[in-house]
Amino acid sequence: MVDIHDATDNYRPTPDDRRLIEEFRKNPIGHHSPDLQRLLNRLRGAPMADKFCLVVVKANREWQLAKTSGVRGKPLKMLEQRFTSMADAEWYVFRQRWKALTGESLRD
Amino acid sequence: MMKITAYADRVSVAPGETINFMVNCEARRFTADIVQLICGDLNPDGPGYREKPVKTPANGTYKGRRQVIHAGSFVEVAASEPLSSLESFTFAAYIWPTTPARSEQAVISAWSHGAQRGAALVIGPQGLGLRIGAGKGRVETIRTGKALLSHEWYFVAGSYDAKTRSVRLLQEPLHQHVGARDAASKNTKAKHAAALGHGEPLIIGASFKQFDAGRTACAEHFNGKIDSPRIASRALSDAELQAFKAKRVSGALLHDLVAAWDFGADITSVNVSDTSPNRLHGRVVNMPARGMTGYNWNGEEMCWRHAPDQYGAIHFHDDDIHDAGWQVDVSLTVPKNLKSGLYAARLRCGKNLEDEDYVPFAILPPRGQATAKICFLLPTASYMAYANEHMGSDAPIAQLLGGRLVEHERQDLYRNEHREYGASCYDTHSDGSGVCYTSRLRPILNMRPKYRSWLGGTGSTLWQFNADTHTINWLEAMGYDYDVITDEELHYDGVAALEQYKVVITASHPEYHSKEMWDAMDAYQQRGGRLMYLGANGWYWRVAYHKEQPGVMEVRRAEGGIRAWEARTGEYYHSFTGEYGGLWRRNGRAPQRIVGTGFTAQGFDISSYYLRKPDSMKKEVQWIMAGVGANERIGDFGLIGGGAAGLELDRYDRNLGTPPGAYWLASSVDHTDIYLVVCEELLINYPGTGGQESELVRADMVFYPTSNGGGVFSTSSIAWPGSLAHNKYKNNVSRITKNVLDRFVGNKPLLD
Repeated sequence: MVDIHDATDNYRPTPDDRRLIEEFRKNPIGHHSPDLQRLLNRLRGAPMADKFCLVVVKANREWQLAKTSGVRGKPLKMLEQRFTSMADAEWYVFRQRWKALTGESLRD
Repeated sequence: MMKITAYADRVSVAPGETINFMVNCEARRFTADIVQLICGDLNPDGPGYREKPVKTPANGTYKGRRQVIHAGSFVEVAASEPLSSLESFTFAAYIWPTTPARSEQAVISAWSHGAQRGAALVIGPQGLGLRIGAGKGRVETIRTGKALLSHEWYFVAGSYDAKTRSVRLLQEPLHQHVGARDAASKNTKAKHAAALGHGEPLIIGASFKQFDAGRTACAEHFNGKIDSPRIASRALSDAELQAFKAKRVSGALLHDLVAAWDFGADITSVNVSDTSPNRLHGRVVNMPARGMTGYNWNGEEMCWRHAPDQYGAIHFHDDDIHDAGWQVDVSLTVPKNLKSGLYAARLRCGKNLEDEDYVPFAILPPRGQATAKICFLLPTASYMAYANEHMGSDAPIAQLLGGRLVEHERQDLYRNEHREYGASCYDTHSDGSGVCYTSRLRPILNMRPKYRSWLGGTGSTLWQFNADTHTINWLEAMGYDYDVITDEELHYDGVAALEQYKVVITASHPEYHSKEMWDAMDAYQQRGGRLMYLGANGWYWRVAYHKEQPGVMEVRRAEGGIRAWEARTGEYYHSFTGEYGGLWRRNGRAPQRIVGTGFTAQGFDISSYYLRKPDSMKKEVQWIMAGVGANERIGDFGLIGGGAAGLELDRYDRNLGTPPGAYWLASSVDHTDIYLVVCEELLINYPGTGGQESELVRADMVFYPTSNGGGVFSTSSIAWPGSLAHNKYKNNVSRITKNVLDRFVGNKPLLD
């Protein structure tokens, strides 16, 4: 399962939008171009079932990847990946979501 | 996950008074220590976590025990002779089920789960049913077999004749939807007799399970509204059922009426009135929603006070919770010499974070006696509104609002799995309806030191309680003497709670206020009090406290504002008081009237900074910016989103009530497009309402004098306190805050 909202086909990246990948990688959180913001709205706006999220391991220093269940009361699914920066976590999840949306695997 | 959770019976306590702590602990023992909270932020890039242990007689080791919460609301009517002597009967009510496809839910039940005896009018996937039982192995449920629609009104009845064992079910929709096929009636004979004389309480909206440590625990909770439940002591004929439905009860029918509850009669109370001659009054448990539109509401009246007969419905939820009702484990009688401040009971059953919980509370100054010139007002009403908020795990928009991945803390994981701990006024119930009541008589796991909230921007990621410890930390670091009081003192004691203080300092997000609180703060300012509003989105929602039950608060998300859910039409008035709920702005008191600025935009990714405005250069107020350059960026640093202007922002607006004498000192700039203008400004929605384009996305720093030497200083940004500690407190946010506090606490007039 992937956490991309497939119920809408309003926006999908065009070949030209590949330039947004580098923009995101340089600055995953904060000011973005309107085109990148539109892409991120799509990537981050999925329903809660199997949606990526983080669990704090050490405040500001370490996070573990997880997925919400989308069902009240059902535990989060803890995943193996751990990150020592929020930017790394964002970049990892971006690549998973990009692949789910476009079929393209991005290199780390 | 957490191995220990706890709550207290009060949120503030004066020297000599007692506060009790109720603890659920998986381990055999736990230690309790009272600590003074200074800084709750664990971020290694910040000033550092700080608490001071305090010696009290309550400190020590205690025996651990598990304590559970029985969530789900209902009406309880004590066992009585008219009920226990029933042989034949008719149960009837209007119902508006919200989850009719879920497993069995009891509408009216005189049922004993232990003995498997009694009768219960139930609904489930097979529609209306009547369960009758005379003991184990002799239980039967007769059903109409026609599923009910959700969110539609029905008149339902189930009757049983003891002599003939005849059972009759009536499922009568009040709607007229073509093709719905949900009307049903059924006549049949029961295999077994019903035996009601079990001596256990009659329950409306659930079925009785057991008494547990002074609490009534139920099962089969009904989701939805029940209106005008009634019971007769025989199986009624069709004509009599129609008379029951029309509430035309007279003659022989009146003689056989056992109970007829009127939920519209005691809307502000926990009491429920029986209008029958038997007077089988009951009480609501776990605060189901009252003042709700009934089966006969016609839209002509919006206020239950004007037409209580159209507000005879109670909305029950399987996840309502009021008082967890745990047994007391630790009692603290506050030593007389303990200074007013922010404290907590630190409870530990091991060495890891998951083995500890903190229960914060304020120690007040001795009653009627301020012990400092400065008062920090702990916004407990706002903490209660957010208590156990679940948006991070439930709301798909959370990652859009935050502009990043949601971070979960161990408390969030625990609350996700323990829904019986109850939700916040930002959540919906399991049936999708909004949570309009909140209680502090349960563990509030997001009102904790060391806790991070997804709403808190990048960096320390703090929101509300733990963010507010940065203001406490700054007061301590700068050597100020201060008292701490809470919203409850403001509500119950009025302006007397404030008037001995030269300065009142708010927390970062004092959003929720009762009329009593609003009036008290207004009076304080006009009598010469000086208010430092070091936050934003304050004085936004009107709330009501329950008049009989301390620790319970109501919010109606009425016709405007940023709302996590929307009150249904006709349900905008507080059930606790009868006041029109919703935004203070829609009650004629926009926030600009009491703090000079009001909510204008929000975003939860990164924060920004302020630039000075011409008013800040005026001679009479130059003291505010003393030491700050004319073109200096104010707060382009900080632990909350990296800047002092962020998360939620307030705006100067003369038309909404900013006083004409206000000085517009600075405005924030350059917010991201995650920041959007609040919806109450969007009468016509239009493109360009994000932070990069809209001039309404800004925090306005404002100062103005009030009567009798008083004054108000507003920073209008929730992120402000997160910048105070930067560079060891040597920064322009700290400097401005100090300039204002020093002037406010002194005797000089506020204008040079």
